[in-house]
Amino acid sequence: MAAHQKAVAALLLTLLVLAALPGAPPKRIISLVPNVTEIVYALGAGNRMVGVSSYDTYPPEVTALPKVGALLDPNVERILSLKPDLVVIYGSQQDLKAQLEKAGIGVFSYRHAGLQGITDTIRELGARLDETAAADALAGRIERGLDDVRRRVQGRPRPRTLLVFGHERLSLRGMYVSGGVGFLHDMLGVAGGENVFADVRTESVQATTEQIIARRPDVIVETRASAGAFSPSERDAETRTWNALGSVPAVRNGRIVFLFDDRIVVPGPRIVDGTVALARALHPDAFK
Amino acid sequence: MTLQRRFVRTVAGFGALTIATLLLAPLVGPTSISLRRAFDVSIPFTDNADAQIFFIARLPRTLAGACVGALFASAGVVFQGLLRNPLATPFTLGVSTGAALGAIVAITFNWSIAVAGISAVPVSAFVGSLVAVAIVYALAQARHRGLSTTVLLLAGVTLNAFFSAVILFVQYFASFADTYRTLRWLMGDLDVSSYQPILAALPAAIAALAVFAWLARPLNLLALGPDSAESRGLDVTRAHRAAFLSASLATGAAVSIGGPIGFVGIIIPHLVRLMVGPDHRLVLPAAALFGAAFLVGCDLVARTILAPLELPVGIITAIIGGPFFLWLLIRKR
Repeated sequence: MAAHQKAVAALLLTLLVLAALPGAPPKRIISLVPNVTEIVYALGAGNRMVGVSSYDTYPPEVTALPKVGALLDPNVERILSLKPDLVVIYGSQQDLKAQLEKAGIGVFSYRHAGLQGITDTIRELGARLDETAAADALAGRIERGLDDVRRRVQGRPRPRTLLVFGHERLSLRGMYVSGGVGFLHDMLGVAGGENVFADVRTESVQATTEQIIARRPDVIVETRASAGAFSPSERDAETRTWNALGSVPAVRNGRIVFLFDDRIVVPGPRIVDGTVALARALHPDAFK
Repeated sequence: MTLQRRFVRTVAGFGALTIATLLLAPLVGPTSISLRRAFDVSIPFTDNADAQIFFIARLPRTLAGACVGALFASAGVVFQGLLRNPLATPFTLGVSTGAALGAIVAITFNWSIAVAGISAVPVSAFVGSLVAVAIVYALAQARHRGLSTTVLLLAGVTLNAFFSAVILFVQYFASFADTYRTLRWLMGDLDVSSYQPILAALPAAIAALAVFAWLARPLNLLALGPDSAESRGLDVTRAHRAAFLSASLATGAAVSIGGPIGFVGIIIPHLVRLMVGPDHRLVLPAAALFGAAFLVGCDLVARTILAPLELPVGIITAIIGGPFFLWLLIRKR
């Protein structure tokens, strides 16, 4: 082998090794996952964001950023044109992941998990963005905040709770509720409630009328994103809809709560506030 | 055997099956309830969970299944007779897709209007089905004397495709949760949780079934072909109109109660024909009764087989219905 060929081979090898090493922290980030966008901002890396999903609304700064689609319709052309060096995607977006990797762009795959998954994501993302200290501080603050809620409701009777994600308006049909998996189920536990569908090991369950009557929840919490908040008259009308199930303790005792609050339904840095709101609804006395 | 005796025998046989199913279905469920307590009037109704499960959860659900099953099955018979096509279903002519579009718009835009205690989704599903019927009917009338079944079929199939496209367009603006609820609506659901949706659909259902009773003889004549039917004194155009409008009305009413539950409208008519022969005077009542029993039975399986989870009833009708139908085809050949 001629000397210059050896030199070229050595150079290529060096380049390969360099490419495989963890590079400099990303400077241009796109997030297709709204709750991870919140985490990026909470870690103080918001100034590195160059694009967000079409569902992002928080923090308010994101509204000024280019929108690049979402889970089902990521706009690859738009993403590439923004020249990101890290794209946060859903774990299920395998095609997008392959395309981005082929283009040499870093990928952070987000997977939905329980409450623990939020602090895990914060720490992983912190390491990736070279914001380890900020991530540890944020995750620690969340863990302490949740412990604080646990302490406040400790020793109090845990109301059997039905956590409702949605149903047909002015009707109890098409009822989706929290099963025994996922961050909302975990939050309910921290907030001092007992999920009446804890035995169903899925995040979301379609609850039938029979199941709701048979499981006799003490409290019904309807939770959705802030954007769908009801007016007082709508709230009254929806509460009346529940009156059909008079044998359910929550209905009989008027313990139907509407918490339309992004802090509850977005598994991000605001989750402690959300858990407090939930705990306050379940244990008003503990938060006087 | 005279027709009258065969009619009595058919109705008695299928009627007994339907009544047995209707009596059994509310007794069974994922929860075990005490019937004595459920019927104990000394306990106030609002304190009586057993009674509430029986009267608010199971009974309306069973009745909804019976209505929807009877309507889809008999509408299937009429559509097959009208189009003289054994593959026609209540969903062939766009009625159910129109209803689906109505329901999906109501779900996506979160309409919270209620008409006489009926929530927005079933109301707009019914309106959607009427819009689809009006469009198909107008098209089939437009360039022909009378009603062209060919145009009816083509217009219906095209409208199905067009409405499906509009549904996808509306879906594009829906949130994830709404998309999920929409998908679930499309699988069909009989958990009506009150009697209102059934009562609301009842006038349309009764009107349609009354027209079906009149249609039995015209459908027999239409089976010979329109020309032969005409020569035997049938006003073919009138029969076509009555068949199309009544079967569409029945379909719209059924979809507004339970969503587009598949297979009932094609399996049951064929099964019934295999059992009682082609005479519509027997096929129509038998299909209505058997359809009711079949759907209530399928829903019973759907809500108990994976308890505490529930399968969408549309999946059960397809899983039970499809292979059974194929087996029957092979066996009877």
